[in-house]
Amino acid sequence: MAVLDVDVKEGVDQETVDAVAQLSGAYKYGWNDDEIEMDYAPKGLNTDIVELISGKNEEPRWMTDWRLSAYERWTGMSVPNWAMLKLADIDFQDLYYYARPKSMEVKPKSLDEVDPKLLETYKKLGIPLSEQAILAGVEGAVPDEGRKVAVDAVFDSVSVGTTFQKELAKAGVIFCSISEAIREHPELVKKYLGTVVPPTDNFYATLNSAVFSDGSFVYIPPGVRCPMELSTYFRINAENTGQFERTLIIADKGSYVSYLEGCTAPKRDVAQLHAAVVEIIIEEDAEVKYSTVQNWYPGDAEGRGGIYNFVTKRADCRGDRAKIMWTQVETGSAVTWKYPSCILRGDDSQGEFYSIAIANNMQQADTGTKMIHLGKRTKSRIVSKGISAGKAQNTYRGLVSMHPKAKESRNYTQCDSLLIGSECGAHTVPYIEVKNNSSRVEHEATTSKVDDEQLFYCRSRGMDEEEAVALVVNGFCKEVLQALPMEFAMEAQALVAISLEGSVG
Amino acid sequence: MLEIKGLKVDLEDEDKSILKGVDLTVPAGEVHAIMGPNGSGKSTMSYVLSGKDGYTVTGGTATLNGVDLLAMEPEERAAAGLFLAFQYPVEIPGVGNMTFLRTAVNAQRKARGEEELSAGDFLKEVRAKAKDLKIDAEMLKRPVNVGFSGGEKKRNEILQMAMLEPKMCILDETDSGLDVDAMKLVADGVNALRSEGRSFLVITHYQRLLDHIKPDVVHIMSNGRIIKSGGPELALEVEHNGYTDLLAEDA
Ligand SMILES: Nc1ncnc2c1ncn2[C@@H]1O[C@H](COP(=O)(O)OP(=O)(O)OP(=O)(O)O)[C@@H](O)[C@H]1O
Ligand SMILES: [Mg+2]
Repeated sequence: MAVLDVDVKEGVDQETVDAVAQLSGAYKYGWNDDEIEMDYAPKGLNTDIVELISGKNEEPRWMTDWRLSAYERWTGMSVPNWAMLKLADIDFQDLYYYARPKSMEVKPKSLDEVDPKLLETYKKLGIPLSEQAILAGVEGAVPDEGRKVAVDAVFDSVSVGTTFQKELAKAGVIFCSISEAIREHPELVKKYLGTVVPPTDNFYATLNSAVFSDGSFVYIPPGVRCPMELSTYFRINAENTGQFERTLIIADKGSYVSYLEGCTAPKRDVAQLHAAVVEIIIEEDAEVKYSTVQNWYPGDAEGRGGIYNFVTKRADCRGDRAKIMWTQVETGSAVTWKYPSCILRGDDSQGEFYSIAIANNMQQADTGTKMIHLGKRTKSRIVSKGISAGKAQNTYRGLVSMHPKAKESRNYTQCDSLLIGSECGAHTVPYIEVKNNSSRVEHEATTSKVDDEQLFYCRSRGMDEEEAVALVVNGFCKEVLQALPMEFAMEAQALVAISLEGSVG
Repeated sequence: MLEIKGLKVDLEDEDKSILKGVDLTVPAGEVHAIMGPNGSGKSTMSYVLSGKDGYTVTGGTATLNGVDLLAMEPEERAAAGLFLAFQYPVEIPGVGNMTFLRTAVNAQRKARGEEELSAGDFLKEVRAKAKDLKIDAEMLKRPVNVGFSGGEKKRNEILQMAMLEPKMCILDETDSGLDVDAMKLVADGVNALRSEGRSFLVITHYQRLLDHIKPDVVHIMSNGRIIKSGGPELALEVEHNGYTDLLAEDA
């Protein structure tokens, strides 16, 4: 059915235009028909827009109400300012919450009109021409077959969508868009949505709860080991899930899944604000690996035009012996605000966090993790590698909390910062609370400059300065790169090198 | 091949002169040795030739086959065929030895406009050469020089040299810290590479290495200058009498 089309992209159909036009009488901020013609959706946020989004997704009333109460809540909240980030005030009424912003209509007509630097990067990552066009948002660009954008560049061995879906269904795995899940599996969504990241959690998560456009839903039944790595790439229109993505992953008892999010290829995107929410529920004896490569547009060397990325990611190890492993490679965005967290509720549950955060030029990254130890004998491990270059600022912010009942629990944190050049900064902000006397927390932190002796050694063997830096930095990140799935690790290495271009000399 | 004329070098950060006019010529196909007391400037000379930061050339020239070395970036000198086996090889945590080698080999090939070596060909070659130097497969996988013993580091330098096939090889005390058998291995490695188009400059404190690698000329460096050059017998003289007489002669 056409109305099931929930894509958030330009060329929104007539129905949207009509819906918006109908609402226009009540719309506080006003727009006229001409503007609608041009933009298809009005800027700003109010209950009508929330209703509209919900209606477009054909959501049941409980979902609409859920969104509306989040919206109510959000209107009374203010932007958090505790992170070590300098940013211009965002006018939330000046943003689009549905359909594409106007500027996206000015698409490049061919690859010739695309920023050559972006194309150079695609080339280095080995992405075929047709896919480059799609990533760059070239008008009328279509994928070769299906819509597996960037799949070939990243996962040579994985076959296309259909065989993939069949195999998953055989295993009983549900993998679909969250809007489909709301319609087709309401009992699961109702049971789990908002139970890890409540709609009241924080400014951006609350905003997301009100306006999320789409995202992924994963359910792994008891005892099932998901037969393949799941990636957003395989889902139709995954490249268009938009700026308020919502992901819900449930690993039922004794199950296992590895989930990949993101893309090593930088995507041209004009939506300035991205505020995603990821919730993961891990039941008894289940295990989830969640890997992210985030390479949103970081802005130009002067810091113009990059994306603000405010993400709330949290995993709840609900059952005993549940395990979560977060691995992230953060190289993109002008501003990153992200703390994938682990709630270690079940006894003997485990949380791991491996992170590489690279900030170059004018980028700012404030990222880290929270390990909340609630259950007995829970274990957590944090390995964070922060690299700053240019004039960038990179902050690791981590919380390790051992509650009174979390007897005999352990945490190990290793937090290393590497500086390239003398104008950048690295900051480490660990918060540690231990409320019982049988638990142990270890924290190690180092800050170093990229070593001149090492660079000279590499150069005396024939590598140029950029290659030498890339090699040394990849060595510095080794432990985290190893935590990534194999196919991703290779790409991530290339990405580290590309992200640091122009950082030396 | 290598021609150094009146090379004068100061430290960049301190007002201190290290090389005070070095004259040295190594013709193609020859092996020259440099001996000299600690602190006389041997390593400094090899660093300056390779392009390390921290030194200021205040006078003189250095050319490789007529090309001005001092004007080039370190990696350009490497691509032009210069190689330095470090007195103290550098550790690079997290970077596999094999990855390092392959990156280096291909970087030089690229700089010279040659095709990259395929993964398969590279592997075959590195295995064969490592075997000659008794470097086991496990050591090839370990991070560059990290946790290597002194002797292993030196053998690793020779492996790099064998893979990169440079024209002008400078070996800075590659024999120091090697046991008798390892010294033989390294010497065999060097001798295998000796050819008409390739020259060696071997910095050493001991005659022992020169028993295995027969030098055409031996130079004595003292206080930033070459104070004497001669045949292999000069090394024997140093071995027996030390530097006192030579230094007195010069003064
Ligand atoms: N970066 C530096 N800072 C201070 N002094 C330096 C530096 N580099 C070299 N020198 C000094 O220059 C002199 C020459 O050093 P160099 O390492 O070249 O000697 P060498 O002949 O190689 O000695 P050895 O036989 O002990 O290896 C020494 O006095 C040394 O202390
Ligand atoms: Mg020396």
